[in-house]
Amino acid sequence: MKEMPAANPIIFDKSKCMGCNRCMEICQVDIFLPNPEKGKPPIVAYPGECWYCGCCVMECPVEGAIELQHPLMNRVHWIEKRLLIEQGNE
Amino acid sequence: MYDNAWPYPLEYDREEIINADVLVLGGGVAGCMAAIAAARAGQKVLLVEKGATKRSGAGGSGCDHWESAATNPCSKVTPEELTQAMLHDNDGFNNGISHYIECREGYDRLLDIEKMGGKIRDTEDEFVGADFRDDETKLMFAYDYENKFTLRIWGTTFKPAMHKELRRLGVQILDRVMVTSLLTEKGAQGGRCVGATGIHTRTGKFYIFNAKSSIICMSRPARVWLFSAELPGLCEFRPTQCIGDGHAMGWRAGAEFTMMEKSVRAEFSASGRSYPPYGAGNNHNTWYAASIIDSRGKEIPYADRDGNILNDVKDRFRPAKGQKFFMKGGGIDFPKYEIEGPETLSFSKMMEEGYKLPFYADLTTLPEEERRVIWGMMVGQEGKTNVPIYRNYTKEGFDPAKHVLQCYGTGWTSASFLPQERQLFGLPGGFFNDWTLSTNIQGLYVAGDALYASDCYGHAAATGYYAGRHAAKYALSNDLLQWDRQQVDKEKVRVYAPLKNDPHSSIGWKELNMAIAKTMQNYCGEVKYDDLLKVGLVRLKEYEENIIPQTFAYNPHELVRLLEVFDILTVSQIIIEASLARKISVDALYFKRGDAIEDESSKDKLIVIKQHEGEIIKREVSVDFFGDLKENYEKYNQDYIRGDRS
Ligand SMILES: Cc1cc2nc3c(=O)[nH]c(=O)nc-3n(C[C@H](O)[C@H](O)[C@H](O)COP(=O)(O)OP(=O)(O)OC[C@H]3O[C@@H](n4cnc5c(N)ncnc54)[C@H](O)[C@@H]3O)c2cc1C
Ligand code: SF4
Ligand code: SF4
Repeated sequence: MKEMPAANPIIFDKSKCMGCNRCMEICQVDIFLPNPEKGKPPIVAYPGECWYCGCCVMECPVEGAIELQHPLMNRVHWIEKRLLIEQGNE
Repeated sequence: MYDNAWPYPLEYDREEIINADVLVLGGGVAGCMAAIAAARAGQKVLLVEKGATKRSGAGGSGCDHWESAATNPCSKVTPEELTQAMLHDNDGFNNGISHYIECREGYDRLLDIEKMGGKIRDTEDEFVGADFRDDETKLMFAYDYENKFTLRIWGTTFKPAMHKELRRLGVQILDRVMVTSLLTEKGAQGGRCVGATGIHTRTGKFYIFNAKSSIICMSRPARVWLFSAELPGLCEFRPTQCIGDGHAMGWRAGAEFTMMEKSVRAEFSASGRSYPPYGAGNNHNTWYAASIIDSRGKEIPYADRDGNILNDVKDRFRPAKGQKFFMKGGGIDFPKYEIEGPETLSFSKMMEEGYKLPFYADLTTLPEEERRVIWGMMVGQEGKTNVPIYRNYTKEGFDPAKHVLQCYGTGWTSASFLPQERQLFGLPGGFFNDWTLSTNIQGLYVAGDALYASDCYGHAAATGYYAGRHAAKYALSNDLLQWDRQQVDKEKVRVYAPLKNDPHSSIGWKELNMAIAKTMQNYCGEVKYDDLLKVGLVRLKEYEENIIPQTFAYNPHELVRLLEVFDILTVSQIIIEASLARKISVDALYFKRGDAIEDESSKDKLIVIKQHEGEIIKREVSVDFFGDLKENYEKYNQDYIRGDRS
């Protein structure tokens, strides 16, 4: 049995990640564990403890192998100013 | 939960003993700079960090502005003027010593960090000619462009540069070890500090550190009133693992604290009531001085402290008529008139005048270099902004020349909290210090956000280096004392006890943290009453005596999380004791009493408390106990002023 976490902060691109574990070694909260299979991305063992600092992404040598995303409730909104003014005048 | 076998070797109960001259506890900004100073003074230094030193701490991922660098070549204010303003702004309830050190030595540390490889000026000439740039030194300033004492900096480069310097100097760095207690001479509470104990966060191994002097650099408490079991990493502003271990172990060892009764209504907690710091529409800190518009696109004007509307964007960066300088940034929440800077109209005023919600931050109409310095430099270099905000929003199409970013809540914090949801924020209490940044415990020094009334990166770097110097001096003239076996054995029993319980009937770290947070909200909320505080203390005592023995952790990682919550429990007790000790309301401390106890005697006093053999011992000292700033600083730092390498 598994349970969906409240948020999935980290998304790996398995085709790009080379399993070097540098993201894991930099994370100050230590939310990752090494993958038992060599060459595979680390396991996000404690997703809820992520501080969303982005250091894991900053440390990764492969562009696009790892991404950090805010939980849905923290994704903010922006709008083209032109549209805002148009809508406001309607 | 992770359900594979634990991937690291389990080494519970195994001991390793490490000796050093100077022991640095916590490898954030203050800890790194402390270790660098002590190593430069020729000492053998050991730095112990719970995370990974290269990027750990509140400032590990970055920081965008460095406050109060009063001695930089462009500054038009003196360290004395700035420190006095900070003291006055808080009715004296501020750390005169540490902020004077920040103002006096902060710029020295910036130059230091630059030598280590950090970027502190616009070497690529990206902002030539901008009002905030000094074209000769290429330094860039924020907020008050006339007085130029707060710098814009490329903070993402800083921690890795410090880390490199630590290695170059031969500092022994021990990452992934949680410091759990202080060791004292003969194991006696209040006795000279002779080291500390620790536990490895992956293997559970036990460490004994033995040193001539030690420096507490473990920042400040958190998760006292705020908790989210689903997203504990987001329920506070500071990193997940920074919850005040240093305060708890200091209290147990008999160290003195002050201002611990101060807490403010929470400002940041992205797991619930706030949106990502620096990632939503606002016009403070990183985003100063963005324009704010309403949802019809109408701009909300900025006004100076006298209410004069500022029509020119340039006026947002100038003091008001008759004002020498204004202050903005981390420690400035509700500035007094003397230092109050330009600001958009208050929320209530905006509603009164018919502006339509929600509001938006608008960079589109700012001068091009102001837009570029906010979006791309400040947002990008500020902590937690580079990846999740700058890179991600850009990838998703945000264009600061075209789009406006929505504001949430009613203020710049992008949040609306309840009164009982409190945080140690904006110059909270902490360790009490003297002019050498020593605590009352011999051989124990303190730096950064662990100090009372502290805040900010430059403050942490400057006080870290200063404490490192003085701790090195102490180590030079004192012997290494033996640690006490009994004290160590007792600590081992304490830290490993939870492993022996039955997981099916036990309590985990989240359940306990949640219970403490609720207790604190209920008994020690916005308004304090003796009767409630006393019952709160009883509840916490019950947790300590009856619940802690029922807790369980599956592995070293969870054990560390659990030990943190034990420390949060201790910190909660300190906060209630400090609240009980303060009998009257004090505005500067955001301390409100519901029961009138008529005794004005502590109005201008710091209440300093400590624990000795279970008894609370308190004393009062005048808020300006540190005396003349310049004179005392110079008395204690002649060697530094002369430029000696110590
Ligand atoms: C998102 C964000 C942005 C900020 N931006 C700015 C800014 O632009 N300008 C500014 O002036 N200030 C800024 N600040 C504040 C500034 O970063 C802090 O004031 C400063 O980092 C404090 O330094 P410190 O060394 O005292 O604490 P930290 O840098 O937080 O370091 C504390 C260290 O102690 C370690 N530790 C804790 N407990 C233990 C233990 N038991 N055992 C071992 N190690 C332990 C932690 O892992 C951590 O590395 C920002 C803060 C945040 C969170
Ligand atoms: S964002 Fe920060 S806290 Fe989260 S996994 Fe990456 S490094 Fe760790
Ligand atoms: S650092 Fe990048 S490449 Fe290395 S394991 Fe992490 S995601 Fe994969």
